Amino acid sequence: MQGLIGKKIGMTQIWDDNGVAVPVTVVEVGPCPVVQVKTLEKDGYAAAQLGFEPQKAQRLSKAERVRFEKAGVETQKVLSEFAPDAADEVKAGDVLTASVFEGVAYVDVQATTKGRGFAGVVRRFRFAGGPHGHGGHSKRRPGGIAARDLPGWVEKGKKMPGHMGCVVRTTQNIRVAKLVAEENLILLHGAVPGPNGGIVRVTKALKKASK
Amino acid sequence: MIAKALEKVNAMTAEKNPKKCPELAIGDIVRVSVKIKEGDKERIQVFAGDVIARDGKGITETFTVRRISFGVGVEKVFPFASPSIQSIEVTGHAKVRRAKLYYLRSRTGKAARLRAL
Repeated sequence: MQGLIGKKIGMTQIWDDNGVAVPVTVVEVGPCPVVQVKTLEKDGYAAAQLGFEPQKAQRLSKAERVRFEKAGVETQKVLSEFAPDAADEVKAGDVLTASVFEGVAYVDVQATTKGRGFAGVVRRFRFAGGPHGHGGHSKRRPGGIAARDLPGWVEKGKKMPGHMGCVVRTTQNIRVAKLVAEENLILLHGAVPGPNGGIVRVTKALKKASK
Repeated sequence: MIAKALEKVNAMTAEKNPKKCPELAIGDIVRVSVKIKEGDKERIQVFAGDVIARDGKGITETFTVRRISFGVGVEKVFPFASPSIQSIEVTGHAKVRRAKLYYLRSRTGKAARLRAL
């Protein structure tokens, strides 16, 4: 399988073999039961639909519940599709664990970022802002947004204050610092999008091969 | 649930890299032996000075050692759990009334000394 659904646990630090401290994000990946297998013949593409985090059956509608019953797995909170590896032979009902990432050096992580609410341009687009001293009255303002007569309007897509965060973002090529397969934990070098406790999609790196 | 999994990881790290000398106090006069790699050779360097601060908690906790070296104040921050630290030897303790002895930075000469007990 190309990846698993996981939960961001939080950040801490470990030591590598050279005695250097490595900042890591702990992500709990799996166990993910296979709820449905999509095939090229039937669905037009190959994928496996995985579930994550058990959910009480009474909290789901019948339509949702039945798909788990058909697969013969516990009801789950989250569902997500992943592409299978060439050699994979999964069927509905199988449970995938963190061992999927055995020997994987780099992963991509996709998650919903933390919401920042209505943010100004300094925070949202890293504008420099105006001077804080020397009588500066334009401390965090955007400044001019267009010329006056020519072109006579404000460009489309002009960076302005507005809602920030709470969007799905993918961070690519995150190095796997350590895999603790028996606890279903994966330690990733550096930061991962989203809040602690947030749901993340961890997939094998698209652009960087694991050696 | 979330905190538990993080503790598990920290416990694993702590088992592999236990904290050395966690009872270290502010104002302690210490000799810290640090492993230093030069190419493929490894040697021990001793950094002796006063403990002027402890920072952080848990697995990331650090302590700061200050010494006057050839007339210049030098500070080093060591993580308690660092595998490069071979040993921490406490050679004395000074009477201090603060948790952070940063005031020593602005002092020179005799005034920059700590009074040993």
